[in-house]
Amino acid sequence: MRVARDTGYMVGRQARNLMREPIWIALLVIQPLVWLTLYGQLFKRVVNLPGGGFGTTSYITFLAPAIVVMNAFFGGTWSGMAMITDLDRDVIPRFLATPVSRFALVASQVVRAAIIAMIQGLIILLISLALGVSIDSGFEGWLVVLVTAGLVAAPFAALSTAIALLTRKEATMIAVANFIGLPLLFLSSTLIAISQIPNWMQETARFNPVNWGVSAARQVVLPGTDWVSVGEHVGLLLALTLVMTGVATWTFRVYQRSL
Amino acid sequence: MDAIVVQDLRKHYGDVQALNGVSFKVAEGEVFGLLGPNGAGKTTTVKVLSTLTKPDSGRAEVVMQDVVKNADGVRRSIGYVPQSSGVDRDATGRENLTLQGRIQRMHGAVLKQRVDELLELVGIEDAADRVVRGYSGGMKRRLDVALGLVHRPRVVFLDEPTTGLDPEARVTMWEELGRIAEREALTILLTTHYLEEADHLANRLAIVSRGHVVVEGTPNQLKQSLEGDSVTVELSDGNVPDARRVIEGLDGVREVRTEGRQLRTRVESGARAIPQILSALDRSGIAVEAVDSHRPSLDDVYLHYTGRDFREEDEASTE
Repeated sequence: MRVARDTGYMVGRQARNLMREPIWIALLVIQPLVWLTLYGQLFKRVVNLPGGGFGTTSYITFLAPAIVVMNAFFGGTWSGMAMITDLDRDVIPRFLATPVSRFALVASQVVRAAIIAMIQGLIILLISLALGVSIDSGFEGWLVVLVTAGLVAAPFAALSTAIALLTRKEATMIAVANFIGLPLLFLSSTLIAISQIPNWMQETARFNPVNWGVSAARQVVLPGTDWVSVGEHVGLLLALTLVMTGVATWTFRVYQRSL
Repeated sequence: MDAIVVQDLRKHYGDVQALNGVSFKVAEGEVFGLLGPNGAGKTTTVKVLSTLTKPDSGRAEVVMQDVVKNADGVRRSIGYVPQSSGVDRDATGRENLTLQGRIQRMHGAVLKQRVDELLELVGIEDAADRVVRGYSGGMKRRLDVALGLVHRPRVVFLDEPTTGLDPEARVTMWEELGRIAEREALTILLTTHYLEEADHLANRLAIVSRGHVVVEGTPNQLKQSLEGDSVTVELSDGNVPDARRVIEGLDGVREVRTEGRQLRTRVESGARAIPQILSALDRSGIAVEAVDSHRPSLDDVYLHYTGRDFREEDEASTE
């Protein structure tokens, strides 16, 4: 109860501060639009590749759910920046001298990243709808895509928060986010059907959380949804979120011991 | 009753022994100062008392609650104003105070009223709904103090309350802190490396050096514990080493130290020593610009009890 309430206060604080940044809000909407149009146009004709495996003849339909996941993934990896700012400005020590739940200070970072990813996911889906994408499994499909977006952002936000707490340096955060960003994106079926990529990459992709998210989200958009596969992938993401939040909580203890 | 009891606190960070057996007591309603140069262990003491960090050994109680065993109880009873401003710069003054109240379990009309009251108390009501980013240093510091007071704590820790403020803002802050302490009936533990600040604000103080309390008492007691007067001699030119040798050679002279073209020394009686000092310097051909005799200051107290010069030690540890 106390944890939930304190998490709410902390998420509220972060949301309110972000709402004061007009450029941030503008990019929140424009960024996904840029991904959709750029990738949508650039790779438009890959659906005609011999061997197929795309499950649709419309590349934008294939791409849209993956862009939701990719966006959530990027958002998550960068979200530790907020923690670094709070540490630099000694906001966290001030909170620590109050009875506020310690777990809430960590959990609020993860929850915030998940909520932002879901809002952006919704915007992407609405734009995709206007571009002629239809979501085959209807309302449940929308729900699954958005939940997946949240569950992709969450573990990476926890990882990012953990790095922030251990290093307390922007430069390290940027290096790590760049280091994992593109490799995890390319070791997945985000941009191209899994059967079209080299075998060793297909094998690696099975262990890639970004690919779990893409698989789940794409399943519900394309016709012939395999709900068992959706459930498996969402379950894996949920488990990873719990593990990574645990790791971030542990790093918070390490930080407290350093005070 | 004692609001704060600290007994033989020890803590190390790596090879550095930050606290080396700190002990003191603060009575309820008292303004108690921990005075010492940078790196003396003041901030570490406050961190232990405000539950941010745990001591290696020793005991500390705040309003009868142990800081390790009953940390949450302590957190509800204290206000902590950190050395560097802990405000959220992207939020307004009012939002900062409201959130602080909420995590201290305050709600609704009670919280709203308390926030209004504090904005007025620290004199930032006109800026209450502006984002803190645009506040001056003094306003930010006042908001910091208000953040520590939201939940009506009985004990407040002020860690270097005026560091970073210009001299004018510092004096204003001293007046305000005095007024606030009285109006809120607070016990205050403040740390400072400004001798004037300790002299001005604290009812009682402890001089801290290298992780332990060197001496404790009211500012006056401490100054009176040093018998005699302090004499300051300002030279016309920079021949400080020669002048020092001459003065040290005189009878009844203790603890000579130098600062720029000035020499400070303690003597039994200023009235008797000044003619001797002047004639001795004259014989050696050293010209004197000005000479002054006064009661010992906390500077002299520090030098007397630690054998080290306060300013030198302060600057050395800042580097």
